[in-house]
Amino acid sequence: MILVTLIAILFVGGLVAWFSERISPTMPRLVALIAVTLDLLLMFSLLGAGDAGGWVATFEADWIPRFGISFYFAADGLSVLLLMLTAFLGIIAIGAAWGEITERSGFFYFNLLWTLAGVLGVFTALDLFLFFFFWEVMLIPMYLIIAIWGHENKHYAAMKFFIFTQVTGMLMLISILVLAYFHYVQKGSLSFNYHDLLNVSTAGSMGMWVMLGFFLSFATKLPSVPFHSWLPDAHSQAPTAGSVILAGILLKTGAYGLIRFTVPLFPEASMAFAPYAMALAAISILYCAKVAFAQTDIKRLIAYTSVSHMGFVTLGIYAWNEQALQGAIMTMLAHGLSAAALFMLAGGLQHRIHTRDMSEMGGFWPKVPRMTAVAIFFSVAALGMPGLGNFIGEFLALIGAFQANITMTVLAAFGLILASVYSLWVLQKVFQGEYRNADFDDSHLTDLSRREMIYFALMMVGLIWMGMYPQSFLNMSEPALTQLLTSTQGVAVAVLQGAL
Amino acid sequence: MTITAADIYLLLPLLLVTGTVVVAMTAVGIKRDYTTTAIITITGLLVAAIAAAVLMSGTNQQVTPLLIIDQYSLFFTVVTCASAMFIAILSYPYLLALDDSREEYYLLLGVATVGAVVMVSSNHFVSAILGLETMSMSLYGMVAYTVHSKSAAQHPLEASVKYLVLSAAASGILLFGMALVYAQTGTLAFSSLVDLADSSRGDLGNDFTIVALLMITAGIAFKLSLAPFHIWTPDVYEGSPLPATTYLATIGKAAMFVILLRFMEASEALAFEGILTILSLIAVASILAGNLLALMQQNLKRLLAYSSIAHMGYILIAIIASYYVDGRIGIEAITFYLLAYLIMSLGTFGVASMVSDSSKEYDSIDDYKGLFWRQPVLAAIFTAMMLSLAGIPLTVGFIGKFYLFFAGVEGALWMLLAAMVIGSGIGLYYYLRVIYRMLEPAPESGVFNRSGQTASAFGVVGILFVLLLVLGVYPAPVIDLIEAISAYI
Repeated sequence: MILVTLIAILFVGGLVAWFSERISPTMPRLVALIAVTLDLLLMFSLLGAGDAGGWVATFEADWIPRFGISFYFAADGLSVLLLMLTAFLGIIAIGAAWGEITERSGFFYFNLLWTLAGVLGVFTALDLFLFFFFWEVMLIPMYLIIAIWGHENKHYAAMKFFIFTQVTGMLMLISILVLAYFHYVQKGSLSFNYHDLLNVSTAGSMGMWVMLGFFLSFATKLPSVPFHSWLPDAHSQAPTAGSVILAGILLKTGAYGLIRFTVPLFPEASMAFAPYAMALAAISILYCAKVAFAQTDIKRLIAYTSVSHMGFVTLGIYAWNEQALQGAIMTMLAHGLSAAALFMLAGGLQHRIHTRDMSEMGGFWPKVPRMTAVAIFFSVAALGMPGLGNFIGEFLALIGAFQANITMTVLAAFGLILASVYSLWVLQKVFQGEYRNADFDDSHLTDLSRREMIYFALMMVGLIWMGMYPQSFLNMSEPALTQLLTSTQGVAVAVLQGAL
Repeated sequence: MTITAADIYLLLPLLLVTGTVVVAMTAVGIKRDYTTTAIITITGLLVAAIAAAVLMSGTNQQVTPLLIIDQYSLFFTVVTCASAMFIAILSYPYLLALDDSREEYYLLLGVATVGAVVMVSSNHFVSAILGLETMSMSLYGMVAYTVHSKSAAQHPLEASVKYLVLSAAASGILLFGMALVYAQTGTLAFSSLVDLADSSRGDLGNDFTIVALLMITAGIAFKLSLAPFHIWTPDVYEGSPLPATTYLATIGKAAMFVILLRFMEASEALAFEGILTILSLIAVASILAGNLLALMQQNLKRLLAYSSIAHMGYILIAIIASYYVDGRIGIEAITFYLLAYLIMSLGTFGVASMVSDSSKEYDSIDDYKGLFWRQPVLAAIFTAMMLSLAGIPLTVGFIGKFYLFFAGVEGALWMLLAAMVIGSGIGLYYYLRVIYRMLEPAPESGVFNRSGQTASAFGVVGILFVLLLVLGVYPAPVIDLIEAISAYI
């Protein structure tokens, strides 16, 4: 029941926020903040051991019995980690929008909360129809956020974002239906229940096609090369809060889908596909790191680095052993914080000087020392400095992946070098060097306010915690991962024996 | 052939609609009054819909050889009468300012509905043609209704003549096909054409049957505006007054589809491989042509015309699937999608006719610029309708699409499903374009006419909006109902 409550709070909170605009234009943000904070507090009740399968909370009710569809929500350690990330970044996003969104604020916070509600649904739905339902529900408010509050080229970016995710989503819907139909053929009844579908045999060429339907959808969301081209556009045009949600949370739904659904539901096909997926991951890491250099738009640059970092997640997932998966999850959490922070810095800069063009920037250090310090911290975090969360994630992912596919892992490891190069390069371009004030109006170039410092500090604490004491996170996801790994173990053994 | 009292009882909805027209006509004869005529028509349609709903549980029988009154036909009678009532309510403010006789419009609307009710209850060629022509004849009049008005900006005469000529030609082809089938089977009832070659009745061979079926298919495809018989659709949609377009796009399509469904099931025409191929080609052509041609439209009515071509193509997939699957999922999918299509089309056209009237129609997409900030309620409803047409969750359109996908998957129709995915992907672009236009900052000038925005019109689109969401989020009761009634096809 708690899971339904969490989602319902955000849905209702969104409606309340919308109507509260009539009272005062500043009411919506307050309502939104209260709703998300309430959610985060409620989530602490989910921090427990859970039952034998690792599930800490479940809820089930009939929905469409004709098709065997039910309202089935359940959360294990993996879900809880991502739920908390969602709520935490939700608060940060509200903070980012606090001063930036002044027009039609009620509708903005409505969309923000509904996106978050959709994401919570995605992380907890264990009925595949319900999962798809939430998968799509989070799209429309996000589309509206980009289309209404975005920047100069928002129409194009919003449309591209929507069409990419929606069309691949439809392929996933067909895959879900085929899977349910498999269940009908094999077990004599229709079901969209995750646990029922795990028992469906999906070996064979048909299984491969169906798996690709899922993979395509998740790889587009993740995003992985060659389905990534919507992301730089969406990020550069979205308002800061939109970028925070997009980079911090929405990309993680793709990774979550791969871990929760693609591999366990199609173990044979996934094992066969793993080398290709890992190759795509390595290409994403290297190619997007390279492309990031070529950018002059600071938000596009960060967007490409996001794609690059998410490559480590794909790499870890398709290595499919405990270390690699732990690494993938840690990377998801750490990247959620670091990317969100970097987008907020970029958004903050844009808000102050009305440009994202790095060729016009330079030498900001003396003018904005606090901002520079924050930027250095998060850049260093993103490049994988030991002691911060990103290092733990990428390191574990590489160790795990090394056991599965040496070539791809070695190639991917070069991404770490490229990451340090582009991170430091951005710092140099923007904050160091000669101060040039000819090209823009710098009268609003002020240092970080106290409010901004608070939420950057929150994210720093999170990253340091992850880097210094990762065990507290690893312990949470471990039961869930053990469960997932045992469910596919038989297949892995069979595949290995076949290979020998 | 005697007609008993029990038969009359079963024909009650049809008789009520007919009676409504007669009463309305008499009332016009006594004293011309626009409001009275409208109220009589709206009340009559409402009563007929309620009567059909009451009859629905447990009625399944042939009444005269011409009409079948079963749960399926009664379901569509309810839907048809309710839709006609909604259109009548929306027409009232639209025609209020017309500088011409206005009362006869409701007579035409009523007669068209008589035709539609006959169509959904028909499993016989005679009643099919009777119903179809009754409806079409009235529609010619409705399409041209504003022709004498000096201020009407549209081209109703052009639309009406175009529709008349092409529709009559299509009816001719349809009739020819029916005659050929009659030559084969010796009956005008929809009956099986399979295995005729072996029977002793006039054996004219399979090729003959296929030609007959092709002519019938072409005739029906014209009425449903399936590609390549769709050319008339955008012009007629654009030229007609909005309420007439609404009628044409909703009830006209749905009633025809019910005939197609009953005919395909009864005649087992899909057992002929050639027909199956032709229908598949028509489906793919409609989906691609409809969606691609809709991309560049600046006029809302033309856009919706092309999108309706695509939607008819989607439903055709379920007809093809119904041949391959064991259960009734194909029929259920068609029924649900038709219901969904009626709700969202009525809603979309409803909003458009609320902001327009007979002297000025706001049918350019640019007219809707900034609607979201000027009239949020209307814009929210319009957005929901567009999203539903695009098949986005939380709306009935999504459940409909889910049904069609499911039927396609069970039938293993991968190519058709691929066409549908591509088509829907293209479709997103133009639906979103309309939504985006509404989200743009409102222009200084260009405020809509508010005379159409009466409380009753808001009530109609409000009901449709609620139906759209309720059926999108909790469709289980309707799904169960449709599962039950689909057993009668």
